[in-house]
Amino acid sequence: MSSPDTVNTDPVLIDRSLCKACGICIAFCPKKVLEADESGIAVVAHPEECIKCRMCELRCPDFAVMVRSEGDE
Amino acid sequence: MNENLAEYFRGDHLPHIWCPGCGNGIVTAAIVRAIKELGWEKDDTVFVSGIGCSSRAPGYLDFNTLHTTHGRALVFATGIKVARPDLNVVVITGDGDASAIGGNHLIHAARRNIDITTICFNNNIYGMTGGQYSPLSPTHSLASTAPYGNTDRTFDLCRLVEAAGAAYVSRGTTYHVVPLTNLIRDGLNKRGFSFIEAVTACPVYFGRRNKMRTAVDMLNWQKEAAVPVSRAKDMDPGELAGKIVIGNFVDLDIPEYTESYERLLKEHASDRSGS
Ligand SMILES: Cc1ncc(C[n+]2csc(CCOP(=O)(O)OP(=O)(O)O)c2C)c(N)n1
Ligand code: SF4
Ligand code: SF4
Ligand code: SF4
Repeated sequence: MSSPDTVNTDPVLIDRSLCKACGICIAFCPKKVLEADESGIAVVAHPEECIKCRMCELRCPDFAVMVRSEGDE
Repeated sequence: MNENLAEYFRGDHLPHIWCPGCGNGIVTAAIVRAIKELGWEKDDTVFVSGIGCSSRAPGYLDFNTLHTTHGRALVFATGIKVARPDLNVVVITGDGDASAIGGNHLIHAARRNIDITTICFNNNIYGMTGGQYSPLSPTHSLASTAPYGNTDRTFDLCRLVEAAGAAYVSRGTTYHVVPLTNLIRDGLNKRGFSFIEAVTACPVYFGRRNKMRTAVDMLNWQKEAAVPVSRAKDMDPGELAGKIVIGNFVDLDIPEYTESYERLLKEHASDRSGS
């Protein structure tokens, strides 16, 4: 996770206020980019592995995940 | 929230009330993505729902929305479509809402071939009221009202709607979310009655009782049970037991109800002005 004074350059953005810790995005990421923190909320653990397939975004039941498109970074 | 979706949601109503891992949010987001792809205007689009966990979806959507009574969404939707054929009318319904209390309305909306898209969130159970079995609960599955297993045979709702005369019928799952979104888009785009059964997960009342404790277990079940319609054609009923056949079943260009009604009014315009 990035600290507040650094710019977040993660390929995937997770809205912690919406995540309900269901684990779907973590379980089905083909590159194991995402992990659960101590309360089960998804965090971007291995950003360099992300292939931007968007499956985490499309399967999140809580509209909490967004994969940055090229050019957003 | 996900900025790709935000303009279509009532953000101040989020987070939604659905349980962690409930598939309703996956289907709702798929519907929104399909509408975005089609470029539909929010003001030209009406969502109508009945009662149930799934039927709460329109409450989160920043469109014209109507939350009606249990099983009756298609009745209200028919009224809207006949009064304002220019609007896009979309019904969100649960498997109980659509096939039990609302089953008769579903048959007749399909028979009329009225230009309404109905998306049935099939979680195989009555979620809102605590897990009673529905006509779409699998035979032998456990429910609060079937502690020793459900003895009923299961409705194949897609085949029912096909037989009743719908123009477009498809089934998808939340695991297969990209094809599901495409099936919804094609149904929305179709002139006539469109029915899309979206197989979704109620981990709380269906999953836990049926050896699928988590939302991840339920998505794995959808992944493993799904058979594409092209492959299902060569399988016998025994092989298809417990499977979820996914894909498009019906896509027809047949006369649509409000157009036929308009034509009738035009043909009889002189009789009517004389009366
Ligand atoms: C006339 C009437 N009968 C019964 C109920 C109680 N009731 C509310 S929701 C529901 C079933 C919900 O199941 P489903 O349609 O499958 O939706 P889900 O909650 O699973 O999404 C029932 C029986 C009601 N609200 N109104
Ligand atoms: S899928 Fe969504 S709600 Fe579930 S853990 Fe991932 S971010 Fe959280
Ligand atoms: S975009 Fe694909 S690879 Fe990247 S985190 Fe999401 S699921 Fe994993
Ligand atoms: S009870 Fe089931 S259908 Fe209702 S919100 Fe919870 S998981 Fe979803």
